[in-house]
Amino acid sequence: MHILTVSQLNIYLREALDADEILQDLWVEGEVSNFVRAASGHCYFTLKEGEGQIKAACWRSYVARIPRMPSSGEAVLAHGRVAFYEAGGQIQLYVDMIRTAGVGLLHARFEELKARLDAEGLFDLSRKRPLPPLPRRIGVVTSSSGAALRDILNVLGRRYPLAEVIVSACQVQGERAAATVVEALYALYEQDIDVIIVARGGGSIEDLWTFNEEIVARAVFASPVPLISGVGHETDPTIIDYVADLRAPTPSAAAELVAPDLEELRSDFALLHDQLALALERQLERHRTALQELRRRLLQQAPTARLARDRQSLDELVRRAGAQLTHGLALRQAKLQGLRLQLAALNPQATLDRGYAIIRRATDGQVVTDPAQARAGEALEIAVKGGSFTARRTADLENDPQ
Amino acid sequence: MSTSTPPPTYETLYARMQAIVARMETGELPLAEALALYEEGMTVTAACQRLLDEAELRVQELQPGNALRRIDAWEE
Repeated sequence: MHILTVSQLNIYLREALDADEILQDLWVEGEVSNFVRAASGHCYFTLKEGEGQIKAACWRSYVARIPRMPSSGEAVLAHGRVAFYEAGGQIQLYVDMIRTAGVGLLHARFEELKARLDAEGLFDLSRKRPLPPLPRRIGVVTSSSGAALRDILNVLGRRYPLAEVIVSACQVQGERAAATVVEALYALYEQDIDVIIVARGGGSIEDLWTFNEEIVARAVFASPVPLISGVGHETDPTIIDYVADLRAPTPSAAAELVAPDLEELRSDFALLHDQLALALERQLERHRTALQELRRRLLQQAPTARLARDRQSLDELVRRAGAQLTHGLALRQAKLQGLRLQLAALNPQATLDRGYAIIRRATDGQVVTDPAQARAGEALEIAVKGGSFTARRTADLENDPQ
Repeated sequence: MSTSTPPPTYETLYARMQAIVARMETGELPLAEALALYEEGMTVTAACQRLLDEAELRVQELQPGNALRRIDAWEE
């Protein structure tokens, strides 16, 4: 019989394990889950097989030498030593080498189901329905005690309290979980709802396995209304993510996608209200313009306007008559001037000015235009430019008829 | 408005408002109708505002046999 402190027990356990030769150098076969690569570069994960599991750690210096680190769900052979981790009070496998033994069982099942349902058309994009813009009743399939439901209700309560939420509870992990999800879904399908959220908080691939089950996928496919999945915390997608009309990375995100924001609704309405005010202004403006037009026409028909119009046309007539008169006068003046010039051209003085002379008989003043008109010795009066003088006709040297 | 008629939903109000605006924007309305429509628009806006201000999320849980049970204490 011994009484030990915790530290003493831990030291004892560490030494007991360290003394075991088998535990210093061994290969362990199992499936990796909860794989985490810390910021330090060390990797931590759990190896599982059946009901058993053991924590494993792989230091950075070893990680660097391992060609490919596994991810959660992969079946592996891990080499290392088993030791007691005193601070954590647990036995751990310290891994220095990992051989990946192909795709892990769960991943294999996942890939097989995904390929099969895809080929069947369950993921067809043409099938995806848009979410209703203003859902009245929102169905939620999730655990009634989980954080997922609380997150969803908080988001809806904040963003879109106009909605009514119908919670259809199910188990989200464990043996019976898939069957309860299917039941919860079909119970909702009986209800008058507009959209459904299927949600679960994050977890390992095993935790989320319910949503990779074929019966769940087919139940989701059967939804009569648009369905959005919000499973996990942005991990790898589950099968129902592919089947759902829309996939959200988390339950909260699903709620945000389902519900419009009340503030947006408010601004939508405010916009309509502004449009209405503007439209009223236009209607009033139209009536105002019509009224003004009527008023204008009325004033035009008023007697004073008529008088003014008549007076104006009278003025116009007088103006036109005056213009006509002035024009005629000018025309006549021009004609007169023309005559005057013509007359001046005919004045004999003008001929004298050019150097010609006019000859008249002194006896009777007859203009002599033919030699026969003047006898020899007859006195003649000759007018030239500068004045006139008398002359006598001499006897003709030739052609004298006498 | 009598208290027995169910309160209009946001959808109904929004649709009515859209119809009012559309009518106001397209037709050449008699003055009286334009004014009446505007007044109705104001009433609808006020009703909508009230609806949004007073909205409170209702949560019910589906029970076996499709009965609904109201959940009140979901807020943390």
